[in-house]
This record gives sequence, structure tokens and C-alpha cells, in this order.
Amino acid sequence: MRETESQPQAERSGEAAPVDRRTFLSQSLPVVPTLLAVLQGGQPEKPQQTEARQLAESRGYKASEHNYAMGIDPARCIGCGRCVEACKTENDVPRDPFYFRTWIERYVVQTDGETTVASPDGGIKGFARITETGILRTFFVPKLCNQCANPPCVQVCPVGATFVTQDGVVLVDEEYCIGCRYCIQGCPYGARFLHPVTRAAEKCTFCYHRLVKDLVPACVEVCPTQARVFGDLKLRSSPLSRFMRHNKIQTLKAHLNTEPKVYYANLDGEVS
Amino acid sequence: MPQQVPRLLIVFGLMIAGLVTARRFLIPKTFGELGHYRAAAVDAIAARKIKYAGRAACGACHDDIAKTHAGHRHAGVSCEVCHGPAAGHVEAPADVRPPAPRERGQCPLCHGYDPSRPTGFPQIDPVAHNPLKPCISCHNPHAPEPPRTPEECGACHGQIARAKAVSPHALLECTTCHEADKRHKIEPTLSRPSKPASRAFCGQCHAPEATSAKEIPRVDMAAHGEQYVCWQCHYPHFPELK
Repeated sequence: MRETESQPQAERSGEAAPVDRRTFLSQSLPVVPTLLAVLQGGQPEKPQQTEARQLAESRGYKASEHNYAMGIDPARCIGCGRCVEACKTENDVPRDPFYFRTWIERYVVQTDGETTVASPDGGIKGFARITETGILRTFFVPKLCNQCANPPCVQVCPVGATFVTQDGVVLVDEEYCIGCRYCIQGCPYGARFLHPVTRAAEKCTFCYHRLVKDLVPACVEVCPTQARVFGDLKLRSSPLSRFMRHNKIQTLKAHLNTEPKVYYANLDGEVS
Repeated sequence: MPQQVPRLLIVFGLMIAGLVTARRFLIPKTFGELGHYRAAAVDAIAARKIKYAGRAACGACHDDIAKTHAGHRHAGVSCEVCHGPAAGHVEAPADVRPPAPRERGQCPLCHGYDPSRPTGFPQIDPVAHNPLKPCISCHNPHAPEPPRTPEECGACHGQIARAKAVSPHALLECTTCHEADKRHKIEPTLSRPSKPASRAFCGQCHAPEATSAKEIPRVDMAAHGEQYVCWQCHYPHFPELK
């Protein structure tokens, strides 16, 4: 490589004035693509399809044709915690009371304007009797990873271990994650945690392994009041599209420009 | 050619060769295939096993229960909400048997009274409601009956009823001012009772020309209150006295 560009340089410098910088750069420019090609060497030109993906595509599943999102109607949530339980079971989330992929918060707004938010054990065993007095209004809000279209956690990952898939789900590569916790710090929704065994970042995957099998996420499957709605934003006939047409939609911390894809209907102003 | 040029070229050559080899060994095979990540990771996550089979899988064998279930108030409640994850049962029906919770603690998870729950969601006080009796001795969880709503409005709207009872409006029936659809007793938040829409409604008793009893306070409807409906300022369930 280097010979081809340095040859004329050496000849000319031998017979006349040395090559100036401008000539050198302009003459060596054509070599750059070849150099890059060599650096890329070893990378296969054509994507090698792994078995799992071939299998998924043979069933007619094309990731690029979907853009998954979730709708939540807090007015329907009864705080039974079945979603939290189902999530922990389905995804083998550690049972300790501080690891959650999804959880339920209880908001209590009092007449003096004081608002308290509680989520004892993520709401997995339901909620104890309210002890506050002078309650103006109180309600439950289910929370989970917002599967942002512009995710800050992906931006801060130094190794490319967390990413947005073609179908719009933010995933973590458990094997590639170095456990630096930048993404946990970067998430404004507190949706990530470090798995105590794998030492890799963990988060809601929208039950990705269920989506590719045409099933809804476990939390949506078990929600007894349909407070959670799941669907495909690219499909007008999906339950989610209907949900979004018929409700006033808000997202959490919209001012952060993360473009969350968990849509809340008629959300109370106290929720953030 | 000066002596140092070929030497430098060798050094550069070695460095480039080293870089190429290092890339080949350090970068995972599928990295960069779909984006700045390992495409194989997506496949690994997609290949995980499911634990919740989904209600369609349950209905495939238990079609009789699925049919009963679909026609009743628990139609939206998936089988696995109560019976737990059943993917194992679908694979080996005889070996793995999902539990059927019969104890009293199960139902109050959803139906125990909690003020944070949406209005109208059927709730009981687990301590006072037929203590120690299993729920299923009276209620069929696959085909529950909606609870009978009390006839009188005060059963739910106690605070209003108590305030009205000691107010000058005590003798007025709720239906004098409100029209409630039958649906309001089943889905209170979806079908709300009406409120008087005009000033003339209150004027039936409170206008100077009204034929009502003399001791009822009168107000000049034309001059008082401008564009507001009366109840926007006066609380009709406990109106202030003159």
C-alpha cells in the first residue's frame, strides 16, 4: 500500500525540490479507500444470517416491518401487581425487592397539595391500606422502560452493548455489556439495574422473545383490567393505534426529548 | 531512496497488519451487521423460553371453560392471572399442573377495598365480608356475577347524602336535579349522571316569580350571577342560608 504512494514522492525528491504537503496529500488521497478496505478486511461483505433469525424469518417475521410500543391507562389500573409478578417470572428477574423491569406506583395527592408516591416491593404483593388522611385523589401508575426512540442509555454505552432493534425495542447485549453502569445513570426513568449475577445491565425488553412468537408481553397478557395495551405503531389496526386515537396521550418527561414509546392516557399532572 | 524510508515502511506495514489482525479477533462476528451492536444478541434474546403461554393456548384444550369465561365479567382476565404461568403445562400437560388458587387471599389482590382503585371497580372489605369463607363458595371465578348495586344513591355517595340530610335541600330527591342512566350503577365513571344545565332550572324555585313556598329565598335571575350556572358558585347539596 504505502509503496505505491511513496514511490513517486521518492523519485521526485531525488531529482528536484522536495514534494510540498499539498501535492503529497492530493496524490495520496486515491489510496485511502483501498487502505480502509484493508482495515475492514476480515469483515464478511454479506451479513451472515444466524439460525435463529432464519427461523424467525421463515415464519414470516420481519423485524423492520414493526415498531412496537405500549399504551397505559392509569384510570384502569387497580394496583393488583400481577404485571410485576408476571414480569419477574417470565424474565427471571431477581426476586429481591429492588430489581424491577416494571413496577406500579401509588400516587396520593392530599388536600394541602402534598403528593406522596410509593411503590412497596414494586407493588408485587399489592398495596397496604392507605394511612394518609385528607386525600384529594389517589391512583396507580404502572411504569416500565419507555423504549425511547431517542434513548439516552444507548447514546452513553461505550461499547455498543445496548441498542435499538429494527422493531423499535431497546435491548441489552448481556454478553457484551461491561457493567460500567453509564446507562443506568443515563436513564431518566430509572428503568435499568445491574443484574447481581451476570453483572450486566438489565431492563424491560417488551418480552422480545414473546413478540417474535406473536405473543404480547407477559405484563399485558396478565393485566386483568386491560390497563396496558400493546401494539405496533406501523399497523393502523393494532389495539394500540386505536387506544391512541381515542385517548388524550401523554408521555413521561417529554421535555427531555427522549421520544418515549410508552404512551399514557389522561395522565394526572402530578405524575412524572 | 534514503535509508530510513524502507525501514519506516516496514514499521508502518507491521502496524497495519497488527491492526487488521487485532480487529479480526477482537470484534465479534455479527457486530455492525444491523447497526452498532452484535446482531447475534438479538437472536439470543429472541430465543429465550416463554413461561406464560397466553390465553389462546389455554382455550385450545379447555374450550368449555374458555367459552363460559368469555361470556362473563372476567372475560378480560387471562387464565394465567390466577393460574400462573402455564407454558410448561402446554408442553407436558400431565406432568406440570398449574395451581387453582382457592384460598381467600387470592381474590382481594384485585377486589380488596383500596381508595386508589378506580371508582366502580367491584371491591369488598376482606375483613368484614363473610370472614373465613372461601370466595369460591359463593362466587364462580370463571363466570362471576356483577355485584348488585344498592338502590339508594347514598350507598356510594355517602358524603353528599349526609351533607344534604342536614341542609335546606334535605327534602329534595337526588332525581329532582340528576338524571342517572341504569348503566351508571355498573360503570359509574363511564356513564355519569346529568347536572342542571341552565339557570332557569334553579329558577323554578328561586326566581321572584316562582310559585314555590314563600320562605324559599328568591334571587333576581336576570341581575345575579351573569353567565354562570347556579351550582358553579353555590353548593346545592349544602346551600348557604341567608
